[in-house]
Amino acid sequence: MSATFDPRRFVEASHEALNDPQLRPALGRLKTHFARGRTLAAARFGDFEALREQGRAIRDHALSRLDELLALFERTTQARGGHVHWARDAAEARAIVLAILREQGARSVTKGKSMVSEEIALNPFLEANGIRPVETDLGEYIVQLRDEPPSHIIAPAFHLAKEQVAETFRRSHTALDPARPLVERAALVAEARGVLRARFETADAGITGANFLAAAEGACVLVTNEGNGDLTRLLPRTHIVLTGIEKVVADLGDVAVLLRLLTRSATGQDISSYVSIMSGPRAAGENDGPQHFHVVLVDNGRSQLIGTEAEDVLRCIRCGACLNHCPIYGAVGGHAYGATYSGPIGAALNPGLLGVGMAHHHPNASTFCGRCAEVCPVKIPLPKIMRYWRAREYASGLAPKSAVFGLSLWAFAAKRPWAYRIGARIAARLLRWRAGGRGHIGALPLMRGWFAVRDLPAPEGRTFHDLWQRRR
Amino acid sequence: MTARPRVGLFVTCLVDLMRPRIGFAAVKLLEDADCDVVVPSRQTCCGQPAWNAGADADAAAIARQVVDAFETFDYVVAPSGSCAGMLRLHYPEVLAGDPAYAERARTLAAKTHELISFLVRVRHMDSVAASCRARVCYHDSCSSLRELRVKDEPRRLLASVDGLALRELADAEVCCGFGGLFAVKYPEISERMADDKIADMQSTGADLVTGADLGCLLHLAGRMERRGIAIRVRHVAEILAALDSDFLPQQGGGVPTGLQAGGEGGGRVASVTSPSDALTRAASPMLGEENAVQAET
Repeated sequence: MSATFDPRRFVEASHEALNDPQLRPALGRLKTHFARGRTLAAARFGDFEALREQGRAIRDHALSRLDELLALFERTTQARGGHVHWARDAAEARAIVLAILREQGARSVTKGKSMVSEEIALNPFLEANGIRPVETDLGEYIVQLRDEPPSHIIAPAFHLAKEQVAETFRRSHTALDPARPLVERAALVAEARGVLRARFETADAGITGANFLAAAEGACVLVTNEGNGDLTRLLPRTHIVLTGIEKVVADLGDVAVLLRLLTRSATGQDISSYVSIMSGPRAAGENDGPQHFHVVLVDNGRSQLIGTEAEDVLRCIRCGACLNHCPIYGAVGGHAYGATYSGPIGAALNPGLLGVGMAHHHPNASTFCGRCAEVCPVKIPLPKIMRYWRAREYASGLAPKSAVFGLSLWAFAAKRPWAYRIGARIAARLLRWRAGGRGHIGALPLMRGWFAVRDLPAPEGRTFHDLWQRRR
Repeated sequence: MTARPRVGLFVTCLVDLMRPRIGFAAVKLLEDADCDVVVPSRQTCCGQPAWNAGADADAAAIARQVVDAFETFDYVVAPSGSCAGMLRLHYPEVLAGDPAYAERARTLAAKTHELISFLVRVRHMDSVAASCRARVCYHDSCSSLRELRVKDEPRRLLASVDGLALRELADAEVCCGFGGLFAVKYPEISERMADDKIADMQSTGADLVTGADLGCLLHLAGRMERRGIAIRVRHVAEILAALDSDFLPQQGGGVPTGLQAGGEGGGRVASVTSPSDALTRAASPMLGEENAVQAET
């Protein structure tokens, strides 16, 4: 992972992204690939609004009894012969995973796509400890070869053109014929499949995430489209499920409702190609499945959001719909955020996970256009949570000094109509004078932000209130 | 309602400073809709910049001032979806913790409307007597569209304007990139969003863009001016009101009102200082510096 991957570099990274000629067409596909699919899927379903409300209620209910459901999940999982581990933070989670792998003597590990694994930076940690993790989700495999983080929650390599993927494969798969054709998408998929097949067969352990945990049944539910999740969890001796504590719901009935929301919101599919229900190791008489089954439940800042104005963000089911509909994400892509979670969900979650100072750009880089909240399958009020983080930033003195000064000066007048009247009268005349005979102003001191990219239409020269007085 | 309702006009800070004529257009439309219009002098801004920046104490102080100034009216109307949305949706949040104002904020919120939706929904206006020969795109502001659910109302009134041909944007529901202070804090991202919106507008063949939020319009007009794109920009109230210049107070000192009465029927250019000046303005896509709206007299 690049050292420049840092949320505090959002402005610089967004400029790089805006000037990346290959990124723009890739991001243009958000609309055609995902957003349109969601719209159609929601329409096919019928009363999708009622389903969203049902999903919100299920998630709210689960979060309101999170401790109870997690304890139940632990008991039901143990009853099926599985082990449950609790990780307070990223370091604990990494240590737990490493300890399990060491105990099994595992050297090679296959991995299904897991955002929590990204969040805790598991791969570099395992590599540093002599264990080779191989990502098996195609997109995740591509970004791993490129030593990049994923740029989208559900489509890790969405930022890449297929020519870039071909180039990556030629550079990485050096044992293959350099003259092979790699133009068609199908050829790329076939090549990845061939390379990964050998990894699946030799892996000592498999690590996957989970989309949902069903407490009553002790079941982890995983949604995939490539089948790599099943090969990762079933073939090796040991399977580790790595996920966040907020993923638990009461039972598989609740999961069924959330699945309907998840796949439609994410890819516009009525259901994903695979839905895997994983509970415990291989039982007596079963033909496949791991011999050892572990679930690592990661908190890493989640529980401290409970009781705050940001707690609704924990309802998130990681569908990525908010990214697909976000004009900011659509302009700069995921890497610019410099964090595991990007787009609106990142803007609402990252200040909680990383700290307001670290992730302050994320909730600020929003027009509050509200499209994210409109498509969120569990109705998270994303702009409201972003505003909450801005208020936290402002109250804790972390907001930029110049912005606070300007805002305070403006607020002083806005709270005093007589002062405001005078200020507006002077400003209207000054701006009009500055425009001269033109209809616009091209630059003004201290207003670089506005004039960097646009002119300012000249005001008429008198304020409405002054003119209104005269009309009376 | 049989009695003429008393409407408090929330002028908005941008209209006050930048385009007073939008305020006069709002007054005219409200009077045409049988309302008594009052403009309380104790108003400045709705406080949205403070609220969106997280300056909650300042936002609350400004909100209290607006409640004080406007709560006696039958309705509060603003020529902006953004400011109306602030009063209607956010004031109850802003003042939720203030026992003296929480209930009053909710009462105010319930009677606050964006101008055009007020005319159509509450005053049942379904047409206007105006003419504007132009191919026009209506730009939905996110606050009008998603906070206030205003979509058909402005289009319905615009459709009644003589000579006006409405063109729909392909991505009408996508943000233009203004977003208040966002436009200054992240100008390059805002620029990309504006350019996407402008490309959409260009592809409709429109020669005029209108909308209910002056913030979006200043941003788009400023960006088009910078790029030399000749699509004119007007607030929707200006088009619908078809103001003639007599409605505006006379101004001295060479300060242009911007909106001039006109058309073939002997319109006059009220306050342009020289003919070459007039030509410059006529070629400019800037907000309302030339004679786009023709009063029907």
